[in-house]
Amino acid sequence: MEMKKPVIKSIPYEEFKDNETLEALIAEINKERTNVVVGKLDDLINWGRSNSLWSLTFATSCCGIEFMSVGAARYDFARFGFEVTRNSPRQADLIMCAGTITHKMAPVLKRLYDQMAEPKYVVAVGGCAISGGPFKDSYHVLNGIDKIVPVDVYIPGCPPRPEAILYGMMQLQRKVKVEKFLGGKNRHQKRGELPAEPIIVTNHPVKEDKEQ
Amino acid sequence: MMDIEYIDIKSFRQTMLDRRAAGMDFLREMIGMDWEAEGLGVIYILENSATHDVEELAVRITERDRPQIPTVSDIWQIAEMYEREVYDFYGIEFAGHPDMRRLFLRNDWVGFPLRKDYDPSETINPVRLESEKNEEIVREYDIAEDKQLAELVEKMKILHYDQFVINIGPQHPATHGVLRFRLSLEGEVLRKVDIHCGYIHRGIEKMCESRTYPQTLAFTDRLDYLSAHQNRHALCMCIEKAMGLEVTGRVQYIRTIMDELQRIDSHLLMFSCMAMDMGAITSFIYGFRDREKLLDIMEEVTGGRLIQNYNVIGGVQADITPGFAAKVKEYCNDQKKRLKEYYDVFVNNIIFRNRSIGVGILSREDAISFGTTGGTGRASGWACDVRKRHPYALYDKVEFKEIIHTGGDCYDRLLVRLEEIVESIHIIEQLIDNIPEGDFKTKTKPIIKLPEGRFYAAVEGSRGEFGVFIESHGEKTPYRLKFRPMGLPLIAAAQNIMKGHKVADMITIGASLDYVIPDIDR
Repeated sequence: MEMKKPVIKSIPYEEFKDNETLEALIAEINKERTNVVVGKLDDLINWGRSNSLWSLTFATSCCGIEFMSVGAARYDFARFGFEVTRNSPRQADLIMCAGTITHKMAPVLKRLYDQMAEPKYVVAVGGCAISGGPFKDSYHVLNGIDKIVPVDVYIPGCPPRPEAILYGMMQLQRKVKVEKFLGGKNRHQKRGELPAEPIIVTNHPVKEDKEQ
Repeated sequence: MMDIEYIDIKSFRQTMLDRRAAGMDFLREMIGMDWEAEGLGVIYILENSATHDVEELAVRITERDRPQIPTVSDIWQIAEMYEREVYDFYGIEFAGHPDMRRLFLRNDWVGFPLRKDYDPSETINPVRLESEKNEEIVREYDIAEDKQLAELVEKMKILHYDQFVINIGPQHPATHGVLRFRLSLEGEVLRKVDIHCGYIHRGIEKMCESRTYPQTLAFTDRLDYLSAHQNRHALCMCIEKAMGLEVTGRVQYIRTIMDELQRIDSHLLMFSCMAMDMGAITSFIYGFRDREKLLDIMEEVTGGRLIQNYNVIGGVQADITPGFAAKVKEYCNDQKKRLKEYYDVFVNNIIFRNRSIGVGILSREDAISFGTTGGTGRASGWACDVRKRHPYALYDKVEFKEIIHTGGDCYDRLLVRLEEIVESIHIIEQLIDNIPEGDFKTKTKPIIKLPEGRFYAAVEGSRGEFGVFIESHGEKTPYRLKFRPMGLPLIAAAQNIMKGHKVADMITIGASLDYVIPDIDR
């Protein structure tokens, strides 16, 4: 059977940005034919996974306050299934890296990422986590967390508005929905084998900016 | 413009002891300096907590390899932290200091970043992906007066091996950011607390030295993001003072109103977070619900929710919107009613009262010695409000009460914040109908150069005195820009008042002190 386009309730597919990345991902998966039973089971599992993304709260500065706002009454991320935030990396699906990462913090972030169980995702929230932001030329700031951990979704802003954080989380949901879980994300990892490179879904052409 | 008296290093300690005996009991600020040819040095700003007289002293030393200055950490308790900071940035060793470690940077960091000859290249200090080793043994220097250079006399252990040590942080929800505690326990009781900061040290002060004055403004909002307006107000005020620029009445009104709105915002967040730390999620939702309404007003005026970039040199970025006054008044009326709910749902709750009354008592003497300005100091009975001590903007024209409690415990610290919300509303109500017509920004030259000299300006931030020190050499960039952190005295005090309490109380004390880590680390 074939992998279909990811559906998010109440927002049409065309209104999302950066659909090309997802379509490339779908095309890749569709190259290999999947058994109907396994495929349906995959869909079911992904439906469940994408609607209960548990995040590790990793708020270092301003963006953390906006993340708290998203959790409070007005924006209320419980509507989308992100409301469970975990304080232990072993129970979390993704790191919300909200804030500047400094030289002293970098080993901590790396270690937390390594402690998480697969499948795991990283969301870089705010300019500092994406590229160092306003502190780019400081002696003590890491210029983008993608130098030490792979990032799945970038949410730009300084700090991003709560709506942007919700949108970024939906992009992550869409990405989770088009993954091959059985035999893909969930296969046994061999000892010493490095995890696969993540496919990056962006709201904003951050990568191109960097290369310029 | 500051008038600094230089003291000879030989008579330095005696002078400082004399000043303390003369009633200078509040060490307001301690600024490390690198004057290149004239050597390294430290500027001390002292204040008499009763008369509010201010005195500025400085000490200089030409030695660069191992500069040593006698400590004042036994005279003012806060100097222990400030001296560690100066050591971290400038490599000045303080003879007689009990715990001479780096404060912000890793202990294997090479060089002292705020020195003018510091080499920032990546090869010397690459991003290391393994954590630093805990420094268990520290150097302590003998203060013997006849010796030229103090000698390493003793190795003192921070935490002994036979103690039970637990680590909290740097990534922990109850530390309000990235602060790391190492606790030595006996049963459940804390015996010693060792605080590590610097996990969000971004080197803002060093970066400011290569920025023009208008560019430095952007950093202040990101220091303590819950007093973004006040921080930026302080820097703008300091630069305007140095330029001799007078802002219009309209600007003063707008700045004062926005400062107070920001204070309400911060206190609401403090209430919400304290409630959440202690397990009362309902109060968290209540606090944030009302904070969102405030953020709506802020957003309409400034365009930003949290980081607003509103104040600029000579005025504000944009004029207030037409419906501003009506919206603020509506909000104020609403908030006054809501405050009663907070008392009903959280403050008068018996569980909360039991957990906070009598917990983490900070005495008035300690509060002054640690320099814990803001709500924490006022909860201990110290009248330390900058708005009353050194009035700025319109605070000498409006009528408001300085909230003082004398208990000094966690409960009083929360009450001070909640009552300050009422006072802030009171200030806003006096101003909101009388905003005069006029320009919202005085025109300035495109390139701003300050005259030579040293300038200091302070405002009452949301959690204490926020000061800005500028040393200008007549360039378009500052030679040295120092922010007085509001939080560093708070965690210095926390280290002391947490002792003897249980681990769960540590969370309450931390929440009630209301520190914001990016402001401490800068």
